[in-house]
Amino acid sequence: MENKGLNKVDLIFEEIDPEEVLTKAYKLSPEEIIQQVLDSGLKGRGGAGFPTGLKWKYTAASEESEKYVVCNADEGEPGTFKDREILDRVAYKVYGGMVIAGKAIGAKRGIVYLRGEYRFLLPQLMKELESFHKMIKQIGYDFKINYCLGSGAYICGEESALFESIEGRRGEPRNKPPYPTTAGVFGKPTSINNVETLVTAMMILTHGPESYSQLGTKDSRGSKVFSISGDTPNPGIFELELGMTVQQFVNEFGDGDTKAVQVGGASGFCVPRKKFEDTIIGFEGVPTGGSMKLFNSSRSMYNVLHNYLDFFAEESCGQCTPCRVGCQQLLMGVEKVKKGEVKSTYLNELLKLADTMKVASKCGLGQSVGNAFRTIVENFREEIIY
Amino acid sequence: MINLTINNQRVSVEPGTTVLEAAKKLNINIPTLCHHPDLCVAGNCRVCVVEQTGAKALIAACAMPVAEGMDIHTNTMKVRNARKHIIELLLSEHRSDCTKCYKNQKCELQTLANEFAFGDTIFLDLLKDKPYIIDRSSPSFLKDDSKCIRCQRCVRTCAELQHVSAIAVANKGMHQKISSFHDRPLSHVVCTNCGQCVNRCPTGALVEKTYIDLVWDAIYDTDKHVVVQTAPAVRIALGEYFDYDPGERVTGKMVTALRQLGFDSVLDTDFSADLTIMEEGTELLTRLKKVLVDGDKETRLPMFTSCSPGWIKFIEHKFPELLPNLSTCKSPQQMFGALAKTFYASKKKIDPAKVVSVSIMPCTAKKYEADRPEMRSSGFKDVDYVLTTRELAVMIKQAGIDFRNLEPSNYDSVMGESTGAAVIFGATGGVMEAALRTAYEIVTGREVPFNNLNIIPVRGMEGVKEASITIEGCFDDWKFLEGAQLNVAIAHGLTNANRLMKLVSQGKAPYHFIEIMACPGGCLGGGGQPIPTSMEIRQNRMEAIYSEDEHMALRKSHENPEVIAIYKEFLGEPNSDVAHELLHTHYTEREGY
Repeated sequence: MENKGLNKVDLIFEEIDPEEVLTKAYKLSPEEIIQQVLDSGLKGRGGAGFPTGLKWKYTAASEESEKYVVCNADEGEPGTFKDREILDRVAYKVYGGMVIAGKAIGAKRGIVYLRGEYRFLLPQLMKELESFHKMIKQIGYDFKINYCLGSGAYICGEESALFESIEGRRGEPRNKPPYPTTAGVFGKPTSINNVETLVTAMMILTHGPESYSQLGTKDSRGSKVFSISGDTPNPGIFELELGMTVQQFVNEFGDGDTKAVQVGGASGFCVPRKKFEDTIIGFEGVPTGGSMKLFNSSRSMYNVLHNYLDFFAEESCGQCTPCRVGCQQLLMGVEKVKKGEVKSTYLNELLKLADTMKVASKCGLGQSVGNAFRTIVENFREEIIY
Repeated sequence: MINLTINNQRVSVEPGTTVLEAAKKLNINIPTLCHHPDLCVAGNCRVCVVEQTGAKALIAACAMPVAEGMDIHTNTMKVRNARKHIIELLLSEHRSDCTKCYKNQKCELQTLANEFAFGDTIFLDLLKDKPYIIDRSSPSFLKDDSKCIRCQRCVRTCAELQHVSAIAVANKGMHQKISSFHDRPLSHVVCTNCGQCVNRCPTGALVEKTYIDLVWDAIYDTDKHVVVQTAPAVRIALGEYFDYDPGERVTGKMVTALRQLGFDSVLDTDFSADLTIMEEGTELLTRLKKVLVDGDKETRLPMFTSCSPGWIKFIEHKFPELLPNLSTCKSPQQMFGALAKTFYASKKKIDPAKVVSVSIMPCTAKKYEADRPEMRSSGFKDVDYVLTTRELAVMIKQAGIDFRNLEPSNYDSVMGESTGAAVIFGATGGVMEAALRTAYEIVTGREVPFNNLNIIPVRGMEGVKEASITIEGCFDDWKFLEGAQLNVAIAHGLTNANRLMKLVSQGKAPYHFIEIMACPGGCLGGGGQPIPTSMEIRQNRMEAIYSEDEHMALRKSHENPEVIAIYKEFLGEPNSDVAHELLHTHYTEREGY
């Protein structure tokens, strides 16, 4: 286990000359671009952590002439607000990442699916996009980016539900396979990447894969932007090298009384104080799309869990049984346990249900509800019951 | 070919086959709920989850295409636990008043619950705190949200097969439900009452509105004379409820059963189907003459058939500008109804006010049709009660009739005589075939130039069918048709009808006559027919219909002796004033949402 401690990094928000980087990228072959991203070890920054280079490689392998790059800017995970900041400050790097992805996979069209609540950013983003389009045209790229606005459903951050939404239908996840790399938006091969992933890809082409892969650990290369909130004297957005322990994180951001950290938002994992030392923040430990919520001893973990379950019961798309009904059962179940209307051992039944939801739900939403449920119930059982 | 193993048995299947289909090949049963052979894959109920070696999550067998070397297990502990949980979850949001439910013992959820979820309930009752609505607004069926398991079969049926989308998914998460435009009652949306959703609902959430008790009341009322008519497609499907295979004809037994139920006269919609052909065939020829000879700008071609009440409601909502193309003929059910309380009553010397007219239909839209204000030309409600094939089966069971051991018998008279041309009304293309058999002969005096009267091009399950027939050797009255090529088209299922109507709207349809049936396969696949339904079942029913036709002595509508007699005694001639008053009508434009 490598442990490099907590190191602040400045890559994502670093000012660069996009024209220079994109001119350099223009001269590279798609294979060379994909190889650089593969060499960097970059994994998707939305949370699921699929290797970005592989995603591009699979999409590039399709013989279809019409392909798409989709930027997932539907940042909806509770406690995540980094993509907003990135779009606000360095949108040109998001666009740059899309152009590079387009070159890599052979796509001429890009779509940014922007969270509906971020509509206020749009005038500024469109203005920047206009000059960006002019710039890449001069370099020689044939690539056009459009915006598509979400309407507030959490599920539309799931890639295939997002495609459905772009296509004008109800945002519901699709069956997979086929995967987006063969049939994504409009049924065409699509590479869908998180805002931060695209910016990181641009920075890998700026500084080279070697320097990037020196950051982080074997399983979690590079750095990551964290959205830090909760009981902390220092909330906000921080870019940190991957590979630190939760303890090191809490030493920097905690208020001295931290009893738990929720890593990865409502769909992530709750790490209790006793596990701070042994838990690495990254794919070898607790993966995160960036949300870090700190709770001190004044907080009721029952309330935290109830809040998450309430959220999921509302935000499940409702199409598949384990997620639609399971979320309601978990929510009502903990309420009844708390009120003493059912025995506390009913929590064991609910844990089994959470397992079923993990293996039988149609998409990542239902599959990850059990993460927070299990880690909170197992570590704070007494707070749920009494 | 793709090679895989399921439960340690090897199987080779075509690429694109699903795990579910591959398992079926090995006779391994994987339970399903949201899956339906007529519909696209949804993969949302998750009952069919199975374990794939090497994969962390379970996979939905109905949605997962096979891959080389796959190793599938359908009955592991992980699978069983998940499946039991899923069924228990569905039960927790389902109002399980099974013993009182119309679908008791015919409910797919109940069957699965029997297999997986007996004993103590694991989960909390979610319905207790949720208000639910039973939408009783439609005269054809009920929609009970408290029994809905959100499998979306109905939604897919309405969208894919019927291109109507009267019902769709609304809201998300715990509030998700199947709803209509602005949550309106089903009576106030574009619903065509076709009942295809009822045919595919796995639970009791969508069932026909039943009039069984009202019919019993009429039968027991000694003051009433209750006549019953049976549609052509009922006789080839009713048997399915008495353990006959799909496609076994039970015409004679059905007639005996109806008599034993206590109907005063058991008559045949086939009689009025033959009558429809006389009226509609004449109308077509008249329209052709008006357009081709008189140059009448008011008369529209192609003419559309008007037998299918689901189709009628569809065109009223979606293509009202094409209503003038619709034949003015009422459907056979309504022609029969109008005659039952006029011609029949006077012939039998019964006060028409005392006649109760019941029809047994393969259809739920017929219930709506009978309620239409247009359908009172006898001075009464022409058809009082419409029962589906399913409701008739219930009545036969209620009466304790041993259906399988009944002696077959014949229909009563008058209005019980029929021909093969009427029987084939029950299949897509049948009205067209019947009309051509008669029209060709009216015009030329000779039989249609097809082997043994079988007009094969208009038959079969193709969504849209076309045929042409050249008319030669016309009588003097019809000389204008000499050498003319009559182009016809047939569509079944409203999605196919929609395709055809778009062409007509754009002026790109080179047809003179179009037959439309709202339901897949025509009436044999109607919304009131036995459940389940599938292409195979419908195919079997279709074969039964054509074999019934082949076995009839008379196979042309104009040869039906009772039809000949009714024109002589009562109606005069086809499209006469009396005929127009009783047998024809007009329809109205409705809003398109």
